[in-house]
Amino acid sequence: MENQFTHTAFNSYLNEHRLMGTRNLKDGSMYCPPRPIDPENHSTDMEWTEFKGTGKLEGFTIVYIGSTAMIAAGYDRKNPYCVGVVRLDEGPMISGQILGVDVFHPESIEIGIPVKAAYVDRGEGETKKSSLAFEPV
Amino acid sequence: MSSKLARGVALVGAGMSKFGAFKGKSSRDLFVEAFVEMLESVDKGIDPKEINALYVGNYSSDLFEGQGHIAPIMASWTGLSPIPAVRVEDACASAGVAVREGILAVASGMYDIVAVGGVEKMTDLPTEKVTDTLATAADVQYEIPAGFTFPGFYAAMATSYMAAYGATPETFMKVGIKNHNNGSMNEKAQFGAKITTLMEARRQSAIKKGLPVPEWETELDFMHDDRANPIVAWPLRLYDCSPISDGAAVVLLVSEDLAKRFTDHPIFVAGMGQASDGALHDRPVLNSIPSARIAGEQAYAMAGITPQDVDFAEVHDCFTVAEVIASEDLGFFEKGKGWVAAEEGETGRDGSKPINLSGGLKSKGHPVGASGVGQVVEVFKQLRGQAGPRQRAGKLKYGLTHNVGGTGQTCVVHIFERRD
Repeated sequence: MENQFTHTAFNSYLNEHRLMGTRNLKDGSMYCPPRPIDPENHSTDMEWTEFKGTGKLEGFTIVYIGSTAMIAAGYDRKNPYCVGVVRLDEGPMISGQILGVDVFHPESIEIGIPVKAAYVDRGEGETKKSSLAFEPV
Repeated sequence: MSSKLARGVALVGAGMSKFGAFKGKSSRDLFVEAFVEMLESVDKGIDPKEINALYVGNYSSDLFEGQGHIAPIMASWTGLSPIPAVRVEDACASAGVAVREGILAVASGMYDIVAVGGVEKMTDLPTEKVTDTLATAADVQYEIPAGFTFPGFYAAMATSYMAAYGATPETFMKVGIKNHNNGSMNEKAQFGAKITTLMEARRQSAIKKGLPVPEWETELDFMHDDRANPIVAWPLRLYDCSPISDGAAVVLLVSEDLAKRFTDHPIFVAGMGQASDGALHDRPVLNSIPSARIAGEQAYAMAGITPQDVDFAEVHDCFTVAEVIASEDLGFFEKGKGWVAAEEGETGRDGSKPINLSGGLKSKGHPVGASGVGQVVEVFKQLRGQAGPRQRAGKLKYGLTHNVGGTGQTCVVHIFERRD
């Protein structure tokens, strides 16, 4: 089997602002991030499927000491960012930056709030890349 | 899969270097210190030539020190060459998994005597590079690009836990205060000072410099102070996070029938378990670690005991919230009740279920690839009544270690037993 369900392909879709995962053709179960093998029944009979991008916030944090990439994107102790895990309406959970929340009043951010996918474009021209993010609906 | 070892395995020696930041000392230097202390701890002595194999837990000497292929170097510097030397890497669980591999090797009958160590030298790199190196223990394709850091992962687990069960950031602060109290009695601890001692030192420093003296009344006042205890990843602050550390630890495992040759007070492997998992977002919920539950259940089944039988535990408190979640995953407390037990002192040194008598990773230090063996060193000492000022009172029979890699992509649990 030649595996087409790669991270590279996932990112190519993200660059088109599409959240893509895989769907097991036998039982319809869906995975995002995309998986080439269904972990429940080991089927490799998968196809690409588009996720709606809507879901609920499952957990989050406000990061004051960021990763190198986020520091390069302009975040620091005075400008912290929110990152979290979102349970997509189709079932799977995925990680993403959380935009549009009050990072200086984290008590105001409620677990379970509905969110939708947003895409953060960084870089220019050929180096332009989109990252997955979410924002409150 | 059998739930029993093919033959019994005993722990007859244990040593560790001090954990801390040691400029000018590399992995091998620290490993030698731990190895020599291990040899000296064997009551009736051991000729190193009797050791059949060496297992070395190490997370990332490649990135931390620019040194790969570290196991044969440790064998060479401890004078053990040419015995087989194997590096074991499962992130922060590397050393716990090395212990398991050592046990399996002796139980198989292939070896009678093995040394198992762990070592990490983290402080040569600047903090941001350490952060990036640790991040490689997560999913670098799907988690790290979102902006997650390791404190961030555990902080997200904390927000999920708080929302589900009612804990507050103060719950986690209290875990840190408790572990610093325990660590103040451990001469090997990197940050072996009580929070009250740190507060007094800060006050004195302010007076000396002619600066305004902080007006903290309680340890919690200090913990809430954004300047004294800055936020790293909300709700986790500096004193919720284990430090960046250098250190090594080594233990000696022998087949059960040989144990009395080395000591009249061997410690036996009663049970063990290990499980793997995907990224944090691949779990059913964020406020429990499935691999810890599975590893714990396997260990209890092998030992034929329940969580209530465990006298004390060294758990993987890389972040304070992790200790609370571990206390539930290991079955010490009901799901959602671990934070109440922590607040009520049940996990304190005089509580019903003492956790991290050593000070834990929080106070003792967290040289990631050594921490799992460091936990076993503490259990060996506590079970044999050799833990000095931090010795838990009363007769101890079962001690448990819980070592997590990443956010739970790996968890390994061991239960050790004193039978005499």
